[in-house]
Amino acid sequence: MTATDAIVIGGGIHGCCTALHLALRGLRTLVLEKNTVGRHASGVNAGGVRQLMRHQAEVPLSIAAMDAWERLDDLLGPDLARNCEFIGGVGQIGIAESEAEMEWCHARVAQMRSLGHEFEEVIDARELRRLVPAAADICRGGIISRRDGHANPFRTTQSFRLRAEQLGVRFMERTRVTGLEQGDRCWTVVTESGVFRADILINCGGAWAWQVAEMIGEHLPRTHFASTLMVTSRMPHFIDPVVIGIDRMLSFKQTEAGTVVIGGGVLGDPDLNSETADTVADRMVVSAQTVCEFFPILRRATIVRSWAGLEALMPDVIPVIGPSQVARNLWHAFGFSGHGFQLGPIVGSVIADLVATGENAIPIAAFNPGRFSSNDMLATTCIPDRKVSQEAGHE
Amino acid sequence: MTDAPRTHCELAIVGGGPAGLAAAALAAELGVETILFDEQPTPGGQIYRNIEANSRKHDALSNILGADYAKGLALVERFRRSGAAYEPLSAVWQVSAAGKLGVSRKGRAYLTRAGRVILATGAMERPVPIPGWTLPGVMGAGAAQTLMKASGLVPEEPTVIAGSGPLAYLVALQLMKAGAPLSAVIDTSQKGLFETGFAALPVLSGFGRDLLKGLSWMAALRKARIPVFSGRNLAVEGISRVEAVSFETRGKRQRLSASLLLLHEGVVPNNQITASLRCRHVWDTAQMAWRPWTDEWGATSTELVAVAGDGAGISGARAAAHRGRLAALDAACRIGRISRAERDERALPERRHLQREARFRAFLDSTYCPTEAVRRLADEAIACRCEEVTAGELRAFVAEGFTDINQLKSFSRCGMGQCQGRMCGGTVARVLAQSLETDMETVGYYRLRPPVKPLPVAQLAELGNAERDLRPSPLGVDGDPSQRV
Repeated sequence: MTATDAIVIGGGIHGCCTALHLALRGLRTLVLEKNTVGRHASGVNAGGVRQLMRHQAEVPLSIAAMDAWERLDDLLGPDLARNCEFIGGVGQIGIAESEAEMEWCHARVAQMRSLGHEFEEVIDARELRRLVPAAADICRGGIISRRDGHANPFRTTQSFRLRAEQLGVRFMERTRVTGLEQGDRCWTVVTESGVFRADILINCGGAWAWQVAEMIGEHLPRTHFASTLMVTSRMPHFIDPVVIGIDRMLSFKQTEAGTVVIGGGVLGDPDLNSETADTVADRMVVSAQTVCEFFPILRRATIVRSWAGLEALMPDVIPVIGPSQVARNLWHAFGFSGHGFQLGPIVGSVIADLVATGENAIPIAAFNPGRFSSNDMLATTCIPDRKVSQEAGHE
Repeated sequence: MTDAPRTHCELAIVGGGPAGLAAAALAAELGVETILFDEQPTPGGQIYRNIEANSRKHDALSNILGADYAKGLALVERFRRSGAAYEPLSAVWQVSAAGKLGVSRKGRAYLTRAGRVILATGAMERPVPIPGWTLPGVMGAGAAQTLMKASGLVPEEPTVIAGSGPLAYLVALQLMKAGAPLSAVIDTSQKGLFETGFAALPVLSGFGRDLLKGLSWMAALRKARIPVFSGRNLAVEGISRVEAVSFETRGKRQRLSASLLLLHEGVVPNNQITASLRCRHVWDTAQMAWRPWTDEWGATSTELVAVAGDGAGISGARAAAHRGRLAALDAACRIGRISRAERDERALPERRHLQREARFRAFLDSTYCPTEAVRRLADEAIACRCEEVTAGELRAFVAEGFTDINQLKSFSRCGMGQCQGRMCGGTVARVLAQSLETDMETVGYYRLRPPVKPLPVAQLAELGNAERDLRPSPLGVDGDPSQRV
């Protein structure tokens, strides 16, 4: 049994990235993943690399993440960087169809400028048409972040994993954590495939992170959700930027393969215990209406699949990043509430800095795990699972 | 038949072959409000495709298709009389565990909510991924038969049939009778029907007619001087289309010119819907295919859903009708139209017939192994034709440590194309199982999600009676678009 300095629980993008950065700082690191790397939200999200319209608390992280995305070569090496299929600089655009939405865009940009952030700008209908010729006449303009783009979420997560492995990180897949104990000297992590010990523990458990916290008596919000995506068969190339709605349920991008991935936050039915989610295709009707309204070319597209990723949802819709409230040498990084992919390259680096040196330049106080009230812990009823009574397909 | 979609029913049946027709007819006769959805314009499924029109004609075609085909008419007529609602030209793109069906018909999508669902989606031809199988001019023998039944189309260019199983011989005979230039049959089963039939005689008592039928097909081919080779390790040759097929026979390689090559290695359950429902499935080692687990009435592990006919495991058209009626009896009982005692009483003759059919099926399963479809693919052979993913590419990913079938899908795009994984799921799983030296059960199957049939965005947008998500949405706090999921 090799000696281990740090154990990361969860092999999603943040777990892989945290492990990678811990290894860069010289810590011998082990990642424990109950399924396979990138199996849940990290591998199946829409792949948006978006600074646009982010929550203000996330903006400093998001800007640092964008720098990291643009320098993936430095972090991953050219081959693994290419494997992420990151396409930056095409922009993400929030499309406005009403005067009120245009006003919101102006107000948002003014507010961001007052905080010293220059990456968002308002565009008029003409600039919108120049960038997105396929947009319908109802589109009046909108708000753009020109550095933004998209990447392949599954390949990106795998690239971080492979880079981490090159740096000596060990990954154990299909290894479920069943118990945690902190002794005087180190953590003891009990799994289905053996017992592991390490000084430092990082909880990147995503939708299941609260269960890890419960093992040491720390109560964190338990809410999870499954955001649905649908994808069309291949279409001729017609759009470069990623477009999202402001008040409307709109979100889509065209991938490298020519398929169009349509989202918009429609809920699937999560099944946390079976570790999957059911999608309800007909629930996507509003999303389908909106994309047809804004982009008539999509009327001709054919949907071939839908899917959903299980993800933790925090009551204030921003993540938990910081030290445990009840135990030493335990850090949490989860609860990204459906927009953690773009932050992928940076959060692990912040955690690794704090673990190694106790310092980091990017402000993360807003993500403090201690910020929740006891009401938040009960917030599981916010999005009830709507399950049909049925026997799950177990032997 | 009206054009207004029916949005509610007690029992929805998907598929209009023998199982679906028999189930719908009996359920409606027992007073269950039943709708049968089927993709074809007329009832009959694949096996009795276009039976009504073809049996009215009494022309050369009905002669060619034979007496077994003609038997389908009685099923269709009983269904037509039963009072069951019939929705032809309807593709079912979603079946939810709550019994909500998404249907697409004449360019319109709508939902029908059913108290119970019987899936009678039948079988599909097992893909035969030999080198060159995606070249134009290569198709399934069943597909050629479909063209003959539906449109009276007969090949006009030199045709070779290669494969294993009764259907390969039946299609050969039918094509020959129809005057197609059939140049050869390559039997890949590695066992002769005569030898196995003879050995199995004790089991087969009572099936003399079926056995003789099979032997008579071969005799007819011999009489017409159509060569029958025993061959293995087939490969298709050609640049832009099939030019020849080569195979190993008696230890040496032989080559036959062909403009049309019809492959057939048996059929497998069409289980896309049950897989999308996450029903429990079992790997059938005899038939080398996944099938949904069912109880003796066809009920699956999903409360409201049953499967009848070949979709629940291959047992043939005759058995399918009996299995359809068993599922209908159970549905009528659950819905409260008949008592359990009546259900069980009415089921007895159906079960007797089924037991008989099962003996013959076991014989066929052991005789006709899909050898060509399950041998190790050459690296250059295409496993997924939609996305053109080769076996070699899949193996490279496995070598990199990606050992989950859904990881292979995410990486290689296999299973992500227009066929939604129907054609490649089994092949990709087998490549993976062979690479890992494990079994199909361990490897599992693609995670499937609705829509299980391609659905135009415009149709979804105009879905009239969709479920609106009325739960509190995580979209935005205080309506601020920047604080959203």
